[in-house]
Amino acid sequence: MDTMFPSSDPRPIFVQIAERIENDIISGALGEETQVPSTNEFASFYRINPATAGKGVNLLVDTGILYKKRGIGMFVAEGAQSRLKTDRREQFQHEFVRPLVEEAAKLGITAAQLREMIDKEGTK
Amino acid sequence: MTSVIEATSLTKRFGAVTAVDSATFSIEKNTITGLLGRNGAGKTTLMQLLTAQQYATSGTVEVLGATPVENAATLQQISFIKESQRYPDDFQPRHVFASAPWFFPNWDAAFAERLIADFRVPLKRRIKKLSRGQVSAVGVIVGLASRAPITFFDEPYLGLDAVARQVFYDRLLEDYAEYPRTVVLSTHLIDEVSNLLEHVIVIDDGRIIVDEDADSLRGRATTIAGPASAVERFVASREVLHTERLGGLATATIGALGEADRAEAATLGLELAPVSLQQLIIRLTTGESTPPAAVPAGTEQRA
Repeated sequence: MDTMFPSSDPRPIFVQIAERIENDIISGALGEETQVPSTNEFASFYRINPATAGKGVNLLVDTGILYKKRGIGMFVAEGAQSRLKTDRREQFQHEFVRPLVEEAAKLGITAAQLREMIDKEGTK
Repeated sequence: MTSVIEATSLTKRFGAVTAVDSATFSIEKNTITGLLGRNGAGKTTLMQLLTAQQYATSGTVEVLGATPVENAATLQQISFIKESQRYPDDFQPRHVFASAPWFFPNWDAAFAERLIADFRVPLKRRIKKLSRGQVSAVGVIVGLASRAPITFFDEPYLGLDAVARQVFYDRLLEDYAEYPRTVVLSTHLIDEVSNLLEHVIVIDDGRIIVDEDADSLRGRATTIAGPASAVERFVASREVLHTERLGGLATATIGALGEADRAEAATLGLELAPVSLQQLIIRLTTGESTPPAAVPAGTEQRA
């Protein structure tokens, strides 16, 4: 039952739902100006309470990533993909780059060596 | 939000035993609430009080704005599915489903038929001859297809196999989404239902010890693990729900941690893991510990 939301992730499920929808927008699986599944469809797909799914969707409505068309449903806003990418780049800085640099410093890897290692990964 | 159930200082004593001890809570309209607790904690008695199958020793209960006691109009809005539902001796499942519409004005016969097929309930066999799981399935079908504004499921699935339980969860969610109503579900299979619940009430020894949104309960406790000395130092100033030791290693279950706490744990070389709802409730209802304080706003964050 819990496989889609492992208990190793302590964040509320509605936050995780919102993040999944964001991921689909970033990857292009959910294109801009396309309709997203309804709250009830999300609920039965992920096997979660519809109120939880609704909270996740509303989170994205509040931030302007999704918008409501009365009587039709929810749609991905224009420019949502690039906005999400900008936000995620900032997150990337402190969630990935900072710990990377800290760990490198711990191991005595210089900035030049680190850059070299990154280049090597990039050419793979 | 409006509440459909209001209990105030609700108490039920059987002789020297206080089965429900001054319970005060409300249940919001059109939510799925989990009523959780150990065997004998008072779950069934509480549901009986809410459905007027027991008289309260003291305190009051209002269902849909009125007392349910001797109140046919209110009781008609309630479907109560019990773990040990008794049927007349010569009853077959088809008799149960044929008589259900007399009691439940919203009965959906087509939905019932679909559920009968899903659960593979033999219609023309005496209920006495059915397996434990099949009898449970009959109850579950009545509970779902009655579409009562308030539905109580008290341990509805004794003997139901994993497939049938999944069918129950799926049909409940689908039908609840389409026909919103208030559902109160008591169960021991907490991990299985935790994502279905919007609200959680935990009763222990007759007292309500948790009455919270399922979302805020998630991540409310954390398990830390590491060298025993480091664990001891870390928990010294914190409320501890549970500890275990294995040689020089120890684990402890403590309340939610803020960013500073996590940083401190990291410096001590401790590993952190969130605690599932089921684990949290096991911790809360074993021994005498009190629930940890809720997370202060704004301190929640990723592990």
